[in-house]
Amino acid sequence: MKPATALRLGLITLIVLILEILSRSGAISRFVAPPPSEIVVDLGRLLLSGRVQPAIGQTLGKITIACALAIAVGTLVGVVVQHFRAVADTLSPFFTAYYAVPIYAFYPMMIAIFGIGEAPQIVIGFMLAVVAVVVNTISALDRIPRVFRKTAAVYGMSTLEAARRIYLPHAGPYLATGVKLAVSYSFIGVIGAEFIMSRIGIGHEIVFAYNNFENQVMYPLILFVLLAAGTVNWVFYAWEKRLLSRRSRS
Amino acid sequence: MSSARNNLFVILSMFGVWQITYWAIGDLALRPPLDTIRNAWSLIGSEGFMAHLNETLQAFTFALAIAVTVGVALGFCLGMNRLAGEVGEPLLVSFYSLPKITLYPIVLLIFGIGMPSKVAFGAIHGIMPITIFTLGALRNLPPILGRTSKVLRLTRWQSVWTILFPAARPEIFTGLRLGFSLTLIGTLLGEMFASQRGIGFLLMQAIGLHDTDRIMALTFLIVGFAITASLMLLAINRHLRHGAA
Amino acid sequence: MNDTTIDAAVHVGLRGVTRVFGTDPKTRVEALGPIDLDLRKGEFFAVVGPSGCGKSTLFDIVAGLSPATEGRAVFEGHELNGRAVPEGIGVVFQEDASFAWLNVADNVAFGLRRAGLGEAEITRRVDDTLTFMGLRDFAAAYPSQLSGGMRQRVCIARTLVQRPRLILLDEPFGALDQQTRLIMGEELLKLWRETGATVLLITHALDEAAMLADRVGVMSARPGRIIDVVETPWGKDRDSRVVSDPRFGEITAHLWTRLRDESMAALSHKAA
Repeated sequence: MKPATALRLGLITLIVLILEILSRSGAISRFVAPPPSEIVVDLGRLLLSGRVQPAIGQTLGKITIACALAIAVGTLVGVVVQHFRAVADTLSPFFTAYYAVPIYAFYPMMIAIFGIGEAPQIVIGFMLAVVAVVVNTISALDRIPRVFRKTAAVYGMSTLEAARRIYLPHAGPYLATGVKLAVSYSFIGVIGAEFIMSRIGIGHEIVFAYNNFENQVMYPLILFVLLAAGTVNWVFYAWEKRLLSRRSRS
Repeated sequence: MSSARNNLFVILSMFGVWQITYWAIGDLALRPPLDTIRNAWSLIGSEGFMAHLNETLQAFTFALAIAVTVGVALGFCLGMNRLAGEVGEPLLVSFYSLPKITLYPIVLLIFGIGMPSKVAFGAIHGIMPITIFTLGALRNLPPILGRTSKVLRLTRWQSVWTILFPAARPEIFTGLRLGFSLTLIGTLLGEMFASQRGIGFLLMQAIGLHDTDRIMALTFLIVGFAITASLMLLAINRHLRHGAA
Repeated sequence: MNDTTIDAAVHVGLRGVTRVFGTDPKTRVEALGPIDLDLRKGEFFAVVGPSGCGKSTLFDIVAGLSPATEGRAVFEGHELNGRAVPEGIGVVFQEDASFAWLNVADNVAFGLRRAGLGEAEITRRVDDTLTFMGLRDFAAAYPSQLSGGMRQRVCIARTLVQRPRLILLDEPFGALDQQTRLIMGEELLKLWRETGATVLLITHALDEAAMLADRVGVMSARPGRIIDVVETPWGKDRDSRVVSDPRFGEITAHLWTRLRDESMAALSHKAA
């Protein structure tokens, strides 16, 4: 194991340990948070009881759909926008401002348009994720050096063939960054939407537990969300790093 | 200035798309742009609105101050030390990408309902992007700068203050722009869930009452503020880049 | 030179070629020409000129990458119209154009795979080219593991494996250090001798042009025209040791005399 990885694990262990001690000693009251070890045990019990599985399945399903849609639409829009340099330059400050928009405020509107089912939450997740994909696609395409366009011309390739054989493989690692962001934003969007108004899903379960002072349900669920999101993000982070490692040019 | 003209064009097209969407969907969940502007105007004039706005601005200012200070400082700590950066960066990136909204019950339990919760919520949204950008900015600096400061016999602090920070400033500022937006959404989310006052609270109330007029007016004001601020920060950013080039 | 017929022994012929960017009379830029030039089959021709004189524009026209505004450009009897690069032309750029996602062997095989050759034939030709370019031991390496000079070798190998009859090189050693440049120059000579291809080398380095080429064309400041063509006395078996020949000094001195005023014109043009 690399020393940095070992140190990182050590750091996490240390933080968890401190929380455990603080909680056990009563410095953090049980009303605020139970000790980490209990949260883990509670999570195990909760998962074994089968009570939250439908909610988990629902939430993950919605996230998957939102993320896939965001990647497909975002890539397409990014390619078109990047093609027109002036449009991309003009839009860039608006992309940054987009993150400040409380997307959840559009939730009632989504319900009016898409009905009460799961669709509004998927749309919220999609709306959060799609801009990240667009922005990343644009910057990935911006990184294609001019010499590659010339090389494609030398081989007499059509734009489509050049995209498949040269541009995409070259931009791959940078596009992976967009995919990674899409995954985390669809997590944030879907679970956030469930928090605000929904009758099903992990987000709803957490709010429900909070309102009923059920710490032994709420904390395990929060832990579950953090673990699930963390694991997925970590997988994509590692994938992106691996793709990028071949690129560093001396 | 052509960029001002472009921005105006984008804003006008957004109004256009909005109006067309309204025609397509109808009155059920949307209000047309002109009505919304009128509603927003009367909302601003309405009794008590200024108190809410004031509350939000205060919370946002606090949160932003914390996010910027902590974010830049943390970024420098991790950026100046190779090992610290390697240990810290994956942690930061994964924390950045977590659905932080799930943490709100914890924040509430610790800080209670009110100002501290909102500030905390805003700050935890804003710190990460600022740290990550600062870290990246320092890492991308040409090594020659470090060697130059050694040649000039600068102390570590002098080197940070007179060479590294100015050189990394444009890119750090890009992080600040993103941090600004995320701190704003964080503060608003905090108000939506953890407050009885502020713009976010008004928004949550309107959502609960299905008061479309008010939802649209508030969202319009927030988006308007975010876009204006973002454009201004971008102008400063461009200025910094030209100065640095 | 001004008649528009082109002899069959001429590999590449340019007649009154110009290139103008933009149509607005106020902002249009005359980048090149008019240029008349014949490259003989199998010769090594170098073009030197001050920065911004349109060397790369000339290169793009001969490569078939962009069209001439006026005049004719012909390769083996085919018009170079800037719409497609004709078969038989190989191109090496200054920038690193190696594909980071492919290893060295796959980089070199890239064009052959596209052409749909059989795997056995591809392997044989790639092996030959790798050996010839001294890349055999690096077949499985990725470009990021190689030095700049080695990466440029990969790009040359990728071009060479297609057996071009005309090889165009645009400042191919521009990003390399002086020693590597000299070595790569010798390899280029060897490659030229063994393939029998016509070579057109664009460079800003006078010594490189004087050492490598049969003939050196000197370009003027923008809009670039050929103001002089200098023949070198080296035989076909020359290598980098010609730099110690007294005539080498004379040739570079002569080239510099022709270029000095043009370079100064280009420099002040940039400042303005």
